[in-house]
Amino acid sequence: MTRQKYQLVCGMEIHAELKTNSKMFCGCKNDPFHAPKPNIYTCPVCLGLPGALPVANKRAIEWTIKLGLALDCKINLFSKFDRKHYFYPDLPKGYQISQYDLPFCYDGKIDTEHGPVRIHRIHLEEDTGKLLHKTIDDKSVSLIDFNRSSVPLVEIVTEPDIVSPEHAAVYARKLRTLLRYLDIANCDMEQGGMRLEANVSLRPNDKTTLPNYKTEIKNINSFRFLEQAIAFEIKRQAGILDSEKTVRQQTRGWNADKQATYPQRSKEDAEDYRYFPDPDIPPIRFTAEQIKLLRNKLPKLPDTLLKRWHSEYSLPHKLTAEVLTTAASGALYEKLFQTAKKLGIPANKLLKNILSKKITAPDQKSIEQTISEYQNQTQSDEVDSKQLKSMVKQILLDNPDIAIKYFQGQKQIIGFAMGQAMRRLPKNSDPVQVRAAILAELENKK
Amino acid sequence: MLLELSIDELAARLRKKEITIEQLVSESIDASLQENEKLNCYISLRNKKDVLKEARQKDLEFSVDKPKLYGIPFSVKDSYVTKELPTTSGSAVLQNYHSPYTATVVKKLQAAGAILIGKNSQDSWGHGGSSENTDFAVVKNPNNLKHIAGGSSGGSAAAVAAHLVSFSIGEDTGGSIRNPASMCGVSGLKVTYGRVSRYGTIAYASSLDTVGPIANSAADLALVLETIAGADPKDSSSSQRPVDTYTKTLTQQISGKKIGLPKQFFGDNYNPEVRASVLAAVEKLRSLGLETVELDMPVLDYAIPIYYMIAASETSSNLARYDGIRFGTGRDKFLPESTRRIMLGTYALSAGYADELYKNGQRARTLLINSYEKAFKNCDVIITPTSPSLAQKFGELLTNPIENMLADLFTVTCNLVGIPSIAIPVGRSKDNLSIGMQIMGKKFAESSILNIAHIYQTTTQ
Repeated sequence: MTRQKYQLVCGMEIHAELKTNSKMFCGCKNDPFHAPKPNIYTCPVCLGLPGALPVANKRAIEWTIKLGLALDCKINLFSKFDRKHYFYPDLPKGYQISQYDLPFCYDGKIDTEHGPVRIHRIHLEEDTGKLLHKTIDDKSVSLIDFNRSSVPLVEIVTEPDIVSPEHAAVYARKLRTLLRYLDIANCDMEQGGMRLEANVSLRPNDKTTLPNYKTEIKNINSFRFLEQAIAFEIKRQAGILDSEKTVRQQTRGWNADKQATYPQRSKEDAEDYRYFPDPDIPPIRFTAEQIKLLRNKLPKLPDTLLKRWHSEYSLPHKLTAEVLTTAASGALYEKLFQTAKKLGIPANKLLKNILSKKITAPDQKSIEQTISEYQNQTQSDEVDSKQLKSMVKQILLDNPDIAIKYFQGQKQIIGFAMGQAMRRLPKNSDPVQVRAAILAELENKK
Repeated sequence: MLLELSIDELAARLRKKEITIEQLVSESIDASLQENEKLNCYISLRNKKDVLKEARQKDLEFSVDKPKLYGIPFSVKDSYVTKELPTTSGSAVLQNYHSPYTATVVKKLQAAGAILIGKNSQDSWGHGGSSENTDFAVVKNPNNLKHIAGGSSGGSAAAVAAHLVSFSIGEDTGGSIRNPASMCGVSGLKVTYGRVSRYGTIAYASSLDTVGPIANSAADLALVLETIAGADPKDSSSSQRPVDTYTKTLTQQISGKKIGLPKQFFGDNYNPEVRASVLAAVEKLRSLGLETVELDMPVLDYAIPIYYMIAASETSSNLARYDGIRFGTGRDKFLPESTRRIMLGTYALSAGYADELYKNGQRARTLLINSYEKAFKNCDVIITPTSPSLAQKFGELLTNPIENMLADLFTVTCNLVGIPSIAIPVGRSKDNLSIGMQIMGKKFAESSILNIAHIYQTTTQ
């Protein structure tokens, strides 16, 4: 068994877009995913026009520090922004404003049910524009949308503490929960509001030193894919190591259709980003008192709540993380679970119904509404057969046409009968049961 | 010619209704159109009709409480983005580029009522000291048409020297205002870093770039500075410090002030005519009651390498956006001098070299700052020649990149240290070429250097 011969060495880099009102270095609206048209939330600064200068978004900096504090990080009282250079059409200045050697936060930690993950650093940078490759008038063209250009982006880098694919997914989920709970990021994974990267390598079980290579799996947009991609890499790399070859230092992508990672570019010819401090933005200084103030403003963290929900209502983190979006939603769901418990409603089933949108979530209307919809739904799943029978009888009596047409061979009339019946029944009545009752009653009339 | 008069005098005559703005602006646009044929000091000029229409409108709205710059014609270096005219920074890379917005400095002047006439020629991207590194016609020195006007703000200095406008806004990264002011025989002010907003200035080297005026006198410079200085929410490197009323302190008593003379800048290896003129001007200041003290600042010998390490590094980054994807032409349009600086800077910032080159440059910059701080403990201002040589003939600097770099020898330190410096004419060579002297001050001490320059100018005229 190859898998037991090696141990996973894995660290993660996660990018999340902050949901500040304005962009990172200009006053443009920060709402790239809901923009009605491309390139409308732009100005000379985020388009990188000649003469434009960046002015750092104070709130984005405070939120980054807020996240750092929630992740038990140390905060650099003296920090700065640096320029990271590379050419790409979606990067209008030819460099990205990022942070190099003095990130706002460093040396943090987060606990998960699969073990702790140390946070190496958290820095703040700007997002790039977006490239769209399209065919217009039979010509393939590349279009650029700068609505996303210069949207604030935090990058959270861990130490190589992740020991399994499940561990990676649990960590990433937990981080998303925290980002949402702190009300600083929406983390819309499909749109790219949160992007996952895993650095994966293997070492023999008896070794503790870091392997001399790593593969970087980039731009993973779901937790499931993250798990699958790491599991795939473990197998792939173990196979290479077993045949006593060396694993190539590479950036790889995840192909969900093929369920495999694939090489994107070799790390040997990695770019030289020529980092240097951005001379347009003065260094940022904080006093210990300012950090203390930010720490005091921090809400109670979601971890406590998640743990309680797990022990009290046997709710798995995977489910609760979905609804624990903000401090306010935490309090609301806490009340919902309490009420449910009193009424003997299983919290697990209740939450699953909310998540699958079968019933209204409590934040949309009220706890009472959610509970009553749940009760109606579970009761109406199966309609009382006696009641159903007499109702169908009445419908056929009121609408003699139904039977006549049915026996003339117009079977689609059943649809009309169904509609009549369903309208009189509770919302979630089982249509199969209703249809059977109508047919049975018609057969009776034969 | 009206434009030979000071801004103060023009403002007074406008108030006395002796002249109209239309008259003034008409003279400016006519002279500009005519002289530009000879001097090539503009890359673009506004349409005469538009300018006169604006002038007439301003005549209608004129009242005595308007700012003194109201109705005064001015020009700007083509490194400032403006909605009105194309902005090229002297390069074919930006040929026909039209900016959707206007630089803060131009906006402030226009808000005060000053009238933009045109945009001045320059070394492309500010890369040069002769205005020859351009894709447009080369500026000629109004004093002697066979000689360069200096650079990189050569067009601004020439336009002021030829009295085509009352003042022009130049841009100084390593001497680009002072050097051409000196060569054309006009006054130029390099401000403290952060005193004037850089928003809308096409960046050469962001930590060194400064926005300042070129005019006929220190008094005119003071007036323009009062209008353009101040914090700008769009430039986070602009200072929050309140702006002084420079025009009020021009005539302050200067006797007893101490002038520092760095011996490294008065060596006999530099042009003897320049040295003699500057020392004579210093003597004049001594006769007005100022004292002198010799300074020994050995780190000055490293000023040029420090400057080029930092300026080239920053310019390689600042010019990365000119990729021809969204605007402008391709990178193949950069001229050899700019390509050289981009390559030099790219190299200096590369992994494995950055420690030795860029970072050592920054460390040395700190030494230079310390050296100036120490010097200013013993004196109020520091005086040096503006340029080590007289205005060269065409081609002399362009064909010699090292000589071209050394032309900035006396001016670059102010940019590296961030202090203000005023360049004023102090004489002519036997070939009728202007000689300039610069007075450097402590950070934000523009009032002090303008004061000394003004007293010098009013007592020597």
